[in-house]
Amino acid sequence: MLIAVVTLLALGLLIGLGLGWAAVRFRVESDPVIDQIDAILPQTQCGQCGYPGCRPYAEAIASDEADINQCPPGGEAGIRALADLLGREPKPLNPENGEEQPTTVAVIDEQACIGCTLCIQACPVDAIVGAAKLMHTVIEQECTGCDLCLPPCPVDCIAMVIPDQDGTVWAWPEPGRPAAGGVQ
Amino acid sequence: MSVPHDAGTPGGRFLHRLRGGLRLRHHKQVSCARPVERPVLPDVLIVPLQQHLGLPAQALVQAGDRVLKGQRLGEVDCSGGVSVHAPTSGTVRAIEHRPMSHPSGRSGPCVVIEPDGQDRWCEPSPVTDWQTREPRDLLDALCAAGVVGLGGAVFPTHQKASLGRVRGTRTLLLNGAECEPYISCDEMLMREEPHRVIDGARVLQRASGAEHVILAIEDQMGAVFDALQQAVGEATDIELVKVPAIYPEGGERQLIQVLTGQEVPADGLPADLGILVQNVGTAAAVADAVIRGRPLIERYVTVTGHGVAEPRNLLALIGTPVSHLVHHCGGYRDDADRLVVGGPMMGFSLRSDSEPVVKASNCLLVLSADDLRAPQPEMPCIRCGECARVCPAGLLPQQLQWQVRTGQWEAAADHHLRACIECGCCDFVCPSHIPLAAWFRHGKGQLKAQARERAAADHARERFDARAARLERQKQEKRERLAAKKKALRERSAAKKKTPVPNEEVRR
Ligand code: SF4
Ligand code: SF4
Ligand code: SF4
Repeated sequence: MLIAVVTLLALGLLIGLGLGWAAVRFRVESDPVIDQIDAILPQTQCGQCGYPGCRPYAEAIASDEADINQCPPGGEAGIRALADLLGREPKPLNPENGEEQPTTVAVIDEQACIGCTLCIQACPVDAIVGAAKLMHTVIEQECTGCDLCLPPCPVDCIAMVIPDQDGTVWAWPEPGRPAAGGVQ
Repeated sequence: MSVPHDAGTPGGRFLHRLRGGLRLRHHKQVSCARPVERPVLPDVLIVPLQQHLGLPAQALVQAGDRVLKGQRLGEVDCSGGVSVHAPTSGTVRAIEHRPMSHPSGRSGPCVVIEPDGQDRWCEPSPVTDWQTREPRDLLDALCAAGVVGLGGAVFPTHQKASLGRVRGTRTLLLNGAECEPYISCDEMLMREEPHRVIDGARVLQRASGAEHVILAIEDQMGAVFDALQQAVGEATDIELVKVPAIYPEGGERQLIQVLTGQEVPADGLPADLGILVQNVGTAAAVADAVIRGRPLIERYVTVTGHGVAEPRNLLALIGTPVSHLVHHCGGYRDDADRLVVGGPMMGFSLRSDSEPVVKASNCLLVLSADDLRAPQPEMPCIRCGECARVCPAGLLPQQLQWQVRTGQWEAAADHHLRACIECGCCDFVCPSHIPLAAWFRHGKGQLKAQARERAAADHARERFDARAARLERQKQEKRERLAAKKKALRERSAAKKKTPVPNEEVRR
């Protein structure tokens, strides 16, 4: 009897030690949940969620600090995907964070630009090129439409526009809802 | 893989059974009874700069320019698309946005030409020694001549052929199995100009490196077979095959399955099996482009349906307003109700007959009120399984439609929504009148849009991380610079304290 107890205790101790050692030795640095959340977020990097970018918001969700309905660019679809991932109930977007809007890109009125470089510093994805006292311009493909360059511009020469819809982007609407075309 | 080769013994090939599919009434005789005609020049031609899959061409002409027939109106890099040409000689009236016979009803930049009535050609530039030329040169010629797939997909032909070259093409499959009801433009082309089709096959063979050619037609195209056989003559590497007229047997993947028994993987291409599929109309355009040096500026168009007085096939200039063609066919009947571009299964309604014929327009179908099934109220799915039985792609439409409707995109993708060829068979048989194919078209668009968004988001994340790293580095550098300065200052003041003591006294 005693032998059995002692053996089991010793065994438990050994395994416990082994596990404890493994936990330290093979620690996974990055939390995969954060990565998964970050993969769902739209990467607009606009800060409307109240965090300085999508990654920090993902970290906040993972640590239960923030709710899942704070990202307007992700919209309903984003919230649903987050709810799916985290096994929670989807909820409507928090109006305090803003409204879901169509994706836009920034365009600088190159005549009016005074070359102050303030927008360059504001852009989270380095989508604006230009140099001091020289005209600036936005690289359309890189722009995420985050609006962050608008407030710093002293001459208000940046506008957000819906990018040119060329034929490559058109898709059939839902049946019974002929949005753009004559559906048969 | 080996394709059994049965040249010279037509019909000797063993055909595999198509999965699913429908036997539809084909309604083709109505438009085949009259000979093909070339209508008189219209008052105006509207040539869209984007008639192909890819990037739009950039205009090379301006309003007021005089152009010759066959002159290039717009061009784009061959990796992105093909050129666009003037269908007749005349004056460019404008370059403006006009509706361009697209399912969306969308407008796009079009070159509007007023014909001068002379129909004067520019200097043709044939590749005279095409039999010995490098395939690369032939492909370039196809791009410059604006040749795209005329079966409806308008994918640039040179791109498709070069894809095959990279992976090794063994078989060129010419698709003359026009399976959708009413459409007969390919049938009439093969009947009237079989030599053009066979010439095109030779050029494509040279350009793609294919060892042999299979030309598939439907078994109900009687006169076509003889005409083609005469054109083929003694050649042993072109095989004529009749396939049964089952819809959608003319689909690229379906035809391959019927002829070879092989299935193109859902996320793969026919090129993976060493097969290049081209429509017979495309082959004729290829022959024109390379052998005769003439760009793609006209095509066979079927004008048919019970709503038009004299259904027939026309050889129409690209850019001709649809109304002009209907007028040439005796105009609309009183009970004409709807104008469809393409066939009854996969076509789309045109909003106005002032829109032009484009490279994709194979058929103008004028339906009468009788033809149109009165829209039946949609009912809930009863899980009868009819849709799955007829689906040629082997999908489960009843499952998919539910997933698409409720936005379960991942589940829909897992159930191979992307493999749907939008043939409409499931729609046709559904007793609950659910617009299944329309949902799948929508769903496929959503999947594509999502993939695009994901790619953009990944790119933005990279840029954001790179910027964060750069800012961090700059901060670090600044800190180091500051530290270095501080250290230098401290050293200097320390040095001052030690040595300059006498100096200080002197200064005092
Ligand atoms: S609100 Fe803006 S910064 Fe926050 S997660 Fe959404 S896109 Fe990213
Ligand atoms: S439309 Fe798609 S799902 Fe329906 S039968 Fe055709 S391939 Fe199958
Ligand atoms: S045919 Fe229509 S009713 Fe029958 S299972 Fe398919 S979707 Fe449901």
